[in-house]
Amino acid sequence: MNLTTLVFILLSVMAIGSAIMMISSKSPVHSVLWLIVVFFAISGHYILLNAQFLAIVNIIVYAGAIMVLFLFVVMLMNLNAETEPVKNYRLQLVGVITGGALLLVLVSAVMKIDVEQLVEMKVGDQGLIKVLGMNLFKNYVLPFEISSVLFLSAMIGAVVIGKKGETANQ
Amino acid sequence: MNSFSLLMNNIFKLVWLIPVLPLIGFLINGLGRKSLSKSLSGIIGSGVILGSFVLSLLVFFQVKNGNTATIHFFDFIRLENFKIGFDYKIDQLSSLFLLIITGVGFLIHVYSTSYMHDEENMNFAKYFSYLNLFVFSMLLLVMGGNFVIMFIGWEGVGLCSYLLIGYWFRNTDYTDAAKKAFIMNRIGDLGFLLALFWLITKIGSVQYDVVFSAASLAKLSATDITGITMLLFVGATGKSAQIPLYTWLPDAMAGPTPVSALIHAATMVTAGIYMIARSNALFSLAHQTQTVITIVGLATALLAASIAIKQNDIKKVLAYSTVSQLGFMFLALGTGNYVAAVFHVLTHAFFKALMFLGSGSVIHAMGGEQDIRKMGGLHKHMKITSVTFLIGCLAIAGIPGFSGFFSKDEILAGTFAHSPVLYGIALFAALLTAFYMFRLYIVTFTGTFRGTHDQEHHLHESPAAMTFPLIVLAILSIIGGYVGVPEVLGGHHELASYLSPVVKSAEHHLDHNTEYMLMGLSTILVVISISFAWMKFKNYKVEGEANGFGKVLENKWYVDELYQTAIVNPLKSISAFFNNIIESKVIDGAVNGVGKAVNYSSRQLRWLQSGQVGAYVLLMVIGMLILFFIQLFL
Amino acid sequence: MDIKAYIILSLALFTIGIVGVLVRRNAIIIFMCVELMLNAVNLLLVAFSKMHAMSGVAKASPYFASDAQVFVFFIMVVAAAEVSVGLAIIVMMYRNVHTVDVNFLNRLKN
Repeated sequence: MNLTTLVFILLSVMAIGSAIMMISSKSPVHSVLWLIVVFFAISGHYILLNAQFLAIVNIIVYAGAIMVLFLFVVMLMNLNAETEPVKNYRLQLVGVITGGALLLVLVSAVMKIDVEQLVEMKVGDQGLIKVLGMNLFKNYVLPFEISSVLFLSAMIGAVVIGKKGETANQ
Repeated sequence: MNSFSLLMNNIFKLVWLIPVLPLIGFLINGLGRKSLSKSLSGIIGSGVILGSFVLSLLVFFQVKNGNTATIHFFDFIRLENFKIGFDYKIDQLSSLFLLIITGVGFLIHVYSTSYMHDEENMNFAKYFSYLNLFVFSMLLLVMGGNFVIMFIGWEGVGLCSYLLIGYWFRNTDYTDAAKKAFIMNRIGDLGFLLALFWLITKIGSVQYDVVFSAASLAKLSATDITGITMLLFVGATGKSAQIPLYTWLPDAMAGPTPVSALIHAATMVTAGIYMIARSNALFSLAHQTQTVITIVGLATALLAASIAIKQNDIKKVLAYSTVSQLGFMFLALGTGNYVAAVFHVLTHAFFKALMFLGSGSVIHAMGGEQDIRKMGGLHKHMKITSVTFLIGCLAIAGIPGFSGFFSKDEILAGTFAHSPVLYGIALFAALLTAFYMFRLYIVTFTGTFRGTHDQEHHLHESPAAMTFPLIVLAILSIIGGYVGVPEVLGGHHELASYLSPVVKSAEHHLDHNTEYMLMGLSTILVVISISFAWMKFKNYKVEGEANGFGKVLENKWYVDELYQTAIVNPLKSISAFFNNIIESKVIDGAVNGVGKAVNYSSRQLRWLQSGQVGAYVLLMVIGMLILFFIQLFL
Repeated sequence: MDIKAYIILSLALFTIGIVGVLVRRNAIIIFMCVELMLNAVNLLLVAFSKMHAMSGVAKASPYFASDAQVFVFFIMVVAAAEVSVGLAIIVMMYRNVHTVDVNFLNRLKN
């Protein structure tokens, strides 16, 4: 077992374990923190795949901005383990079994494939900022510009929703 | 004269008027029944029939000269390569029946104007409209150029029979009798209809000319011919009241007496004979069916005659007599003696209509009383009725010189040629006929009056409108037989030669000595039978309950009771079973069950729509799971 | 590294996200589970991109096999926009019903 495989397994265990902790911890704050760990693990995977740009963006945007936003909201609402609404046990069991069955079906379908396709690890320049930037601004410049409009509308939407609530309350 | 010959030459162009005139009468009387006065609706009702009679007479003379025609009006049913035309067939057979129907029909209409005079205005017109509709249907039946048009008339007369039997519909017994007649007829009609389908399947046509052509008959196998003729005969047994479907006819006496005379003696019940005589080409080939017809006809003749001996209702006696005489006609048909059958239809129409109208006259005089035990000695009070009735009795008994003698003798002679044993039975039935008819006459018209004093005071001869038809029919009953005087008595049997283009005459060749012997034998025996009746009933006293065999006869061999137990009651239990178990449990259960299942399942499914997003997501995931599973593994 | 390992890892993360959606009632956690599912997909896209690079077809293009990573970038963009609106809605809901329990949002029933 070489180092790459070891790192892969380590990161995978970390990601899956943290994800499970995320959905099973009572306190929302803990959930948020566990999710950040998952994102870090995924960023680790990106680095392992030599997708440097996405690894950094993932940490900055997801673990940084988005999760901080979550954390902010959770703390704003003062949510904690005591106020956490709990689904009844049987429904939880049904959910777990359903999800497990789905995983089983999909994994067994994947295992049936007997073609071995390898993934390029640690090398390759597809994930470098230069290549991605050239691709983004040459081939995907229109979607990029449209996404800025999307951001704008999302921003306006968030503001409008927040404001509307105020007027509705009065 | 010139214009008359012009009319004669173009008479076939006016043939359509013959049935249409009664139809017009039906429409006027039926629609205007609230506003027409009695005399007016009587005149319209009788007048249209008179018009038809005159036209029929002209047609008859034209046909007698050898002109026949098939007249096509329009296509009644038209399919891709199958046509049923609305055709009239005017030939020797149908024109003869036209005369009987319109002639006797006219007399009975005239009679009815007086007989029904006590009815309310509206019912009076209703009666005449039904009667006209009946004549229309009957004319359609005999004039139809194919079996389908005949079937239309066939159903029409059945309907009119139902309407007229149930004319006094406020009486439940009468409406029951009407229903009985209709249902029994329907059983027969089913046989007729199946025969038509069979014919259409095999030959592809119902046109008489086509069906009876040698080419078509060659297409039929022996099984086809036997099957078709048997089914047609089933139709005939229903309409013409033969075993096993005869029980409706005695009950049909619930209708007004002129109706019994017209429908249940002279015309409608002979439709079966007409149909078989019309299809003689077919029946002559079906020997098994002929045997069946012979046996059924003979059995009916004997059974009905034996029942008639013990009946006390004047109309019931005549009804059983009619059944018995129809049995004789079927006997003639079965022995291949079609001319004799048609001949007997003709003479029977005269003397049986005469006797029914005579009984109507008696009933009229007795104020509605029909029980002969309460009559007696009526000869003193109603001479015309009595004499004409006696003529009818002599005719039906077969006294030489009266019409019944010739036709009955011809039937008996034909039977003798066929089988002497059958002849013996038929002769016995004929003797019974003479016996019960004279029992009826003697008990009713001679001796002393046995009714109430009030009734005796009221006795009177009927008005001219009633006696006139009686006299005309009496004359016809005497002379009607002379159209068919057999060769052995020096005649030419004009009826046979007249009908020969349509109906094959019997091929029996008895030598003259045998025929003389048969005639003499039957005449002597009939006279003995009449004398016996005179001895037995001249001092008639009302008896108590009959016992032994007499009781069986009085109760009509318990045939009605047998039908009740063997057919009606099982049917009722089956219907009860279907009603109580199948209908309420199975069908209702299924129908309600579907409703309940939908209701229940929707109540249960309602809980799926909890409105909770989590539940929806769960269901979505389960659905995805199933889809993946199917996609990836199946 | 075999691509199957990445596929199974992604499936595991994705399924954990689904299970999270099914077993939790807290709207924020459910939202986070959706983010987790998006990330599982992102990971898979990157893995496929690198698998494509390994197959070595048309190496000549300078942008070869980097399209999938551009998609990931766009997914992150959309996710960020989604989060901003989604969290605004959750805040609104909290303000109105003073809970983040999705079972309170059962207006669909009627």
